[in-house]
Amino acid sequence: MSEVLFMKGNEALAEAAIRAGLDAYFGYPITPQSEILEYLTAQIPKRGGVVLQAESEVAAINMIYGAAGAGSRVMTTTSSPGFSLMQEGISYIASAQLPCLLANVVRGGPGLGTIQPSQGDYFQATKGGGHGDYYMIVLAPSTVQEMADFVYLGFDLADKYRTPVMILADGALGQGMEKVTFPDYDPAARKIAKPWATTGKTPDRERNVITSLYLQPEKMEELNLVLQKKYNTIRQNEILWEEYLTDDAEVLFTAFGLAARIVRKTIQLAREKGIKAGLFRPKTVWPFPYKCLNELAHQVDLIQDIELNAGQMVEDVRLGVEGATPVFFHGRMGGMIPTPEEVLEKMEANLATVRGRNGRPKEDVR
Amino acid sequence: MSEKGTVVAEKASEMDLVYCRPESLLDVRMHYCPGCGHTTTHKILMEVIDQLNIQEETIGVAPVGCAVLAYEYLNVDMHQAAHGRATAVATGIKAVQPDKYVFTYQGDGDLAAIGTAETIHSANRGENFLIIFINNGIYGMTGGQMAPTTPIGEKTATSPYGRDKKTAGAPIDITNLLAQLPGTFYATRQAVHSANAVRKTKKALIKAFEYQKLDKGLCIVEVVSNCPSGWKLTPYESNEWMKEHMMTIYPLGDIKTPSKEDLLS
Repeated sequence: MSEVLFMKGNEALAEAAIRAGLDAYFGYPITPQSEILEYLTAQIPKRGGVVLQAESEVAAINMIYGAAGAGSRVMTTTSSPGFSLMQEGISYIASAQLPCLLANVVRGGPGLGTIQPSQGDYFQATKGGGHGDYYMIVLAPSTVQEMADFVYLGFDLADKYRTPVMILADGALGQGMEKVTFPDYDPAARKIAKPWATTGKTPDRERNVITSLYLQPEKMEELNLVLQKKYNTIRQNEILWEEYLTDDAEVLFTAFGLAARIVRKTIQLAREKGIKAGLFRPKTVWPFPYKCLNELAHQVDLIQDIELNAGQMVEDVRLGVEGATPVFFHGRMGGMIPTPEEVLEKMEANLATVRGRNGRPKEDVR
Repeated sequence: MSEKGTVVAEKASEMDLVYCRPESLLDVRMHYCPGCGHTTTHKILMEVIDQLNIQEETIGVAPVGCAVLAYEYLNVDMHQAAHGRATAVATGIKAVQPDKYVFTYQGDGDLAAIGTAETIHSANRGENFLIIFINNGIYGMTGGQMAPTTPIGEKTATSPYGRDKKTAGAPIDITNLLAQLPGTFYATRQAVHSANAVRKTKKALIKAFEYQKLDKGLCIVEVVSNCPSGWKLTPYESNEWMKEHMMTIYPLGDIKTPSKEDLLS
């Protein structure tokens, strides 16, 4: 393990990418993640690899498509409006089954929105985003340390499944500074052979073609079935989540990324008041840990979902809970961040409704 | 190649072989319309790749448009790119495979309309790959709509009264535009409608691939071509029409050639 450093989340992500053996980065400046491009344009010329400032996010994602298809470990990063521009390219990448790492350091929207942190792109990230039936593996960091850790994990998963992997961060995680350490990781030992890549057709093999075009419906469906089978394997093998004080919890908070940090403080406040609260935090928001959440749902009086949006992950929470316990949502939008006290107040009000104001058993009000 | 064709080729090999399918061109039936310039251009492109013996070192990018299926015919590693993004894809490939020969094969809608930004910026960065630009002044694949390169007055599916300069602007000469940028090393405009034109286009392609070894910047070989189906003319008529209406606004010849100093420095 290396030394402890104090870095911005954006810088930690960029540094981790270099240490993870990044071959090429293509990106376009956009707040609040421009530090990634700045860091890499400073570091990569000294440490090897390719870094290129593209003319747009549209160009950047297509450069990724080219370089990933040619067999390299590649990454691009952007923020919400830029990620919207990349959707067509990501659909091509998913269809052509190319490994790459993407990061969206989310800002408030819709439209040009604001440069303040938000979680408003959860739907876009987890439900496909672009056209056609595809998913990305979506990792949702909650700390600067995870901004770094998920880079290594993301590259490995991308290669393992030949699929785009994204890091769903937000402006606060990108801009905030925290302690971070970088693990021992030997890229040479982790990178795998890519016999499908366009590296020049040698006499011993057929030409390699990177494409997403299948004009015959039978062939197009065949490709879709291959993709769906892969997504099911990922659903079975790659679900990650964290539980905090859930053993004795009567109240369960669900939150990802930055919102989960606020909830941790709320849980401390709740427990000081004698309310046994816990946290369920998905680290992979696709695939979503439905089953694990369902098991916990049966032990609690209510689930209070907290997000920095109008209620997006809460739809997955409800799918996981399957009506086993009431699910309530509270969120702030447009770059506003709820305080731990505000979250506590909302949860207590909902708990009173569920338990009944006169202490009636919860069954009576369901 | 048909069975008959194979027989002819075998017989020819016994005598003095004067012509055969290039080795790097796959022996499959093409989807192009009769008389279309794409077929000829594919053939001479692969003849050049054979002649330079660079099949193993070449990576191509197919566009969206009539040449979307180019990878079905060209026996080299290929990418199919999103509409207009071929030069961005090529930028990515060349960045990580700098020793390979990289080319894009694009039509006028792909390169000069939806992909203008990528085209201009690839040239401006002096990307070291080759653009083969097929300019037939129409959207062939989607059924003959107006392209940015369509001549004034020309009737298409989306300019039924003829292209109106006031609303649609004048036809864009993108190769000339690219030639203005310092990052463009070689820009030429050729054609494939006659034996002489084919010979010149081949020479231009050979030059462009050889220049790629020098790492001096972008090369673009425009091929002014026909679209018999889109123009609703016979192949012969389409070539005559092309000479009269296309080559007058897109005159053939070199637009930018490197100086001796450029080649030596």
